[in-house]
Amino acid sequence: MAKKEYSFYPGCSSERKASASNYMVSIESMCKTLDIKLNEIPDWNCCAASIGYAQGGELPRHTMNARNIALSEKNVGNQDIVATCAACWLGAKESQERINHDKTLFGDINNILGEIGLKYEGKQNIRHMVEVLIEDFGYDELKKPVKKPLEGIKIAGYVGCQTNRPFGVHGESFENPKYLDKLTETMGAEAVEKYDQKVTCCGGALAFSEPEKAYVQINKIIESAYDFGAEMIVTPCPVCQMNVEVYQDMINKKFNKKYKIPVVYYSQLMAVAYGASAKEAGLDGNVVRATRLEEIAAK
Amino acid sequence: MTTQAVEKYHNDFLKEVEKNVEMGHMVKMCMQCGVCSGSCPLGPAWEHPPQEIFMMIRAGKRDEVLTSDSMWMCTSCYNCIVRCPRELPITHIMHGLANYAHRLGIAPKQNPTRRFAQMFWKNITSTGRVNELKLSVGLYFMDGIASGIKKGLEMLPVGLGLMKTKRLDPMGMVSGHGCKGRADIQKMIKKATEIEDKRKGYAA
Repeated sequence: MAKKEYSFYPGCSSERKASASNYMVSIESMCKTLDIKLNEIPDWNCCAASIGYAQGGELPRHTMNARNIALSEKNVGNQDIVATCAACWLGAKESQERINHDKTLFGDINNILGEIGLKYEGKQNIRHMVEVLIEDFGYDELKKPVKKPLEGIKIAGYVGCQTNRPFGVHGESFENPKYLDKLTETMGAEAVEKYDQKVTCCGGALAFSEPEKAYVQINKIIESAYDFGAEMIVTPCPVCQMNVEVYQDMINKKFNKKYKIPVVYYSQLMAVAYGASAKEAGLDGNVVRATRLEEIAAK
Repeated sequence: MTTQAVEKYHNDFLKEVEKNVEMGHMVKMCMQCGVCSGSCPLGPAWEHPPQEIFMMIRAGKRDEVLTSDSMWMCTSCYNCIVRCPRELPITHIMHGLANYAHRLGIAPKQNPTRRFAQMFWKNITSTGRVNELKLSVGLYFMDGIASGIKKGLEMLPVGLGLMKTKRLDPMGMVSGHGCKGRADIQKMIKKATEIEDKRKGYAA
């Protein structure tokens, strides 16, 4: 398999001692197996996330993403930009689309970036890591390196919002995307086909500002996973992962439940199936431990 | 119909929204089907769901729209956008209205999402990257020390769980983490804000 290289936008949550640091650990392991080289955008900054709209408006918010795109162009302009975080991917992609289709905005951006010695062209594709996996590799290629099939684990594929809408993954529907289930099955686990909350919103940033409202959403997402017999939830998004995992005790108190379900990243499933240790798969970063995966990793 | 005739029936607020609000020119495309309101995960929490907001804009209800906390219920899930049969960028219009009201200083002062968003922007533009500990602590202590301690204690197990798994930096309050080019970032944001302020009429 030929080595593949991408310009890489890891994003704030992927940093050491940040909320998705274990996602990053598992991505590194997965990429090592698949022979993917990720060229980190030098000195990348925050994408401003969705909540950035309130103070950041339009131009300041797009400027944040334009700096990253310009830095990527300067570094490895011939490579696609790949993001692992749903919000980073969406933020960068949305800004690029706006800037490229609006001459005034394109002019403003270059005027502003010019002052810090950067130039924006916006010609690279901006892709989420799951697009790279599905489109540049494909399920058959992804299956080849599987050493330890995740046999007998029933997993609910929680796709969430921002890798699914408004752009989504090519060829998938907004209401019932299948790629996460297919990835799960490719790794030898069982996907919960009827899981009916796979594209329900977890509350996003409102888990911070309006926790009571977000907990109602998270409760639905977890309850349905249990109802369909899942013993684990898998997701492609750091916000989904955190919201669905870390507030389980709060939700247990509020809704009188006994939830304790691991919420893992697709890359953690892949790392374990590809033979990584629990540490290499970032499983020590899960607040609700994924013991079934840890057992397989230890074999 | 001539352009002049169309103009005659435009009320001032619709014109203002079209001119100053992100994607505001699309508001008049709404056909009042209500799919957006029915698709919103926080639907019941909106005093005026998106469909209603669009009609209120056309009816010239400026104060009712801009002082409402409705738009601040948006979780940015984009469900309304992908379902709208007229392809209105509803999420962006709601963001735009909230931002516009906030920048005019008439958005609801105590709305927690507005206040959180303000803290978030300050957090990311000071060093270029999110400092998660500062953001969480700032949020809990938003209403003073007493309520901050209460909220902090309530959320302590969550924070400890994240620290134990190395997903939250206990030294985050004092660490120098962030972009090397933070001065550049501040410079570009200052300039971008100046341009936008001038164009949308926020400039003093």
